[in-house]
Amino acid sequence: MRGCVRPSRVISLIAALVLTGAAALAGTAPAPKRVVSVNLCTDQLALLLAAPGQILSLSHLSQDPDSSSMAEAARAYPTNGSGAEEVYLLAPDLVLAGSFTAASTVQMLRTLGIRVEIFAPAQSLADVPERIAQMGAALGREAEAAALIARFRADLDRLSATPDRRPRAALYYVNSYTVGDRTLAGDILRAAGFANVAGEAGLARGGTLPLEQLILLAPDVIVSGRDYPGQSRAEEVLDHPALRALPGTRVAGTLTDRDWICGTPMVLSAVEKLRDLRLSLEGNE
Amino acid sequence: MRLALGLSLLVAALFVASLLSGQAPVGAKESLAALIAGDGTPLSVVMREIRLPRALLAAMIGAVLGLSGAAMQGYLRNPLAEPGLIGVSGASALGAVLAIQTGLSLMFPLALPLAALAMAVLAVLLILMLAGPRGASITLILAGIAISALAGALTSLALNLSPNPFAAADIVFWMMGSLADRSFTHVWLALPFMAIGAALLASLGRGLDALTLGEDAAQALGVNLPGLRLRLILGTAACVGAATAVAGAIGFVGLVVPHLLRPAVGARPSALLWASSLGGATMVLAADIAVRELLPARDLKLGVLMALVGAPLFLHLIYKTRKEMA
Repeated sequence: MRGCVRPSRVISLIAALVLTGAAALAGTAPAPKRVVSVNLCTDQLALLLAAPGQILSLSHLSQDPDSSSMAEAARAYPTNGSGAEEVYLLAPDLVLAGSFTAASTVQMLRTLGIRVEIFAPAQSLADVPERIAQMGAALGREAEAAALIARFRADLDRLSATPDRRPRAALYYVNSYTVGDRTLAGDILRAAGFANVAGEAGLARGGTLPLEQLILLAPDVIVSGRDYPGQSRAEEVLDHPALRALPGTRVAGTLTDRDWICGTPMVLSAVEKLRDLRLSLEGNE
Repeated sequence: MRLALGLSLLVAALFVASLLSGQAPVGAKESLAALIAGDGTPLSVVMREIRLPRALLAAMIGAVLGLSGAAMQGYLRNPLAEPGLIGVSGASALGAVLAIQTGLSLMFPLALPLAALAMAVLAVLLILMLAGPRGASITLILAGIAISALAGALTSLALNLSPNPFAAADIVFWMMGSLADRSFTHVWLALPFMAIGAALLASLGRGLDALTLGEDAAQALGVNLPGLRLRLILGTAACVGAATAVAGAIGFVGLVVPHLLRPAVGARPSALLWASSLGGATMVLAADIAVRELLPARDLKLGVLMALVGAPLFLHLIYKTRKEMA
């Protein structure tokens, strides 16, 4: 498995070097002083790397403890509703946005002469150092970014497992949605030493896995999605009695929470929780 | 008698077909063996916990919806009276959504069908009040439109105000109905209400036959009209409320089935009652097989298929009753 990890690490290292190099070339511009983030993931990366006083405002979601791993730290900052008008009036010199931020908002801000840095969502653990490097370059905090990347790599190496026998696991979300190997969540699952059954169903990225098909795959463990406030019929599939009727399958409650959403070093805590789950499965055998 | 036998055989055949349709590519013999064995293998879990409750619910819901339609049409002597069209299903869905969104159904599971039933009673009462005892088409349809619109809007409002990000997507389920991933929990929740409702409606046969002669003649024959009315209201509400609480509002069953079977039973309302429940079970079972076979893994809503079959028939019926409505 090690051999598989290496190439992606090399690629990400090169990418990080290219990005920091590009920033160094463009480094004539001074580090931004009034930074506004309008995306949950850029909120957290900025919180990790920014100098004191550099952040002006974060998105609303940054303070929601269900979605943000850094809700506590985010409370120190004012929040914004991510709309172009609101953001423009803050007079930022850099806006941090995700690639799923409304294109019209980004376009409007750029037309108004504001620098907008776009961050793509992480699709794998290898993307995490890239995003950290990108944020470091955007904020002019390359040294902090490099230190954080080194720490992340060391922790990931320590946590990653390549057991002889990988238990078969399914990630099961609301509306019978599952994700495959080529996603951040799938990569977390793999790093923790599980094999993802979504691959057996032919879903590399993700999609709908009907309950019937999930039961027939009979995974060793079903990791189900988080429980949102309020009730919805779409969530009922996670409580279906059939999930508990399989003798060899363990249903591990709501493990997939805020630590799984963004490509930040907090994904390591997700890897750790899953690794503990795997070890407890082995202990039972 | 031949009709009863034929319809029963059809229901039985479709029930088996429903058990055999799904995403898993497994042979019929193997599936049925797993159903009977119940040995905890994945296939037997699929058969017992997913497909069996689904097939049972399809048959039960179809039967009570067909029965409710036939009973309402018999009482109002109007072929357009159907729980889905006149807003009873929509009101039940509102009741169910309120029970879920207030968290009542979590504390007390029976609150779900009870709330749906309560709203259904309200809707039937409103309809009978607005349409009058003879149920003239124009007032019946107008009252139905008003009640459906109000119930639909309030259902959407309740779901839009929910803190749950998936609640808004549930609007489609409550308006269109689906049997995907229902379990035995839902079967046991709905069964008692459906049984009571069906018993109440089945007892209407003689009275409805007498009503074909007109109200005065029916009373002269010893039919207790207020009692008949009360049983109709409670029976319809229990049936439609329970069906909607577990599967959403499935429309047109009570319209299409009695219409198709009326000639076969010589237009006798009492015979139409049992014939429509068998016919309704046939229709919903067939539709639920179709949604799985046409677009598997897409959770096509039952109501979509029902409307494709039912709406043209509805238009045809309106065309036929145009003279009356003018």
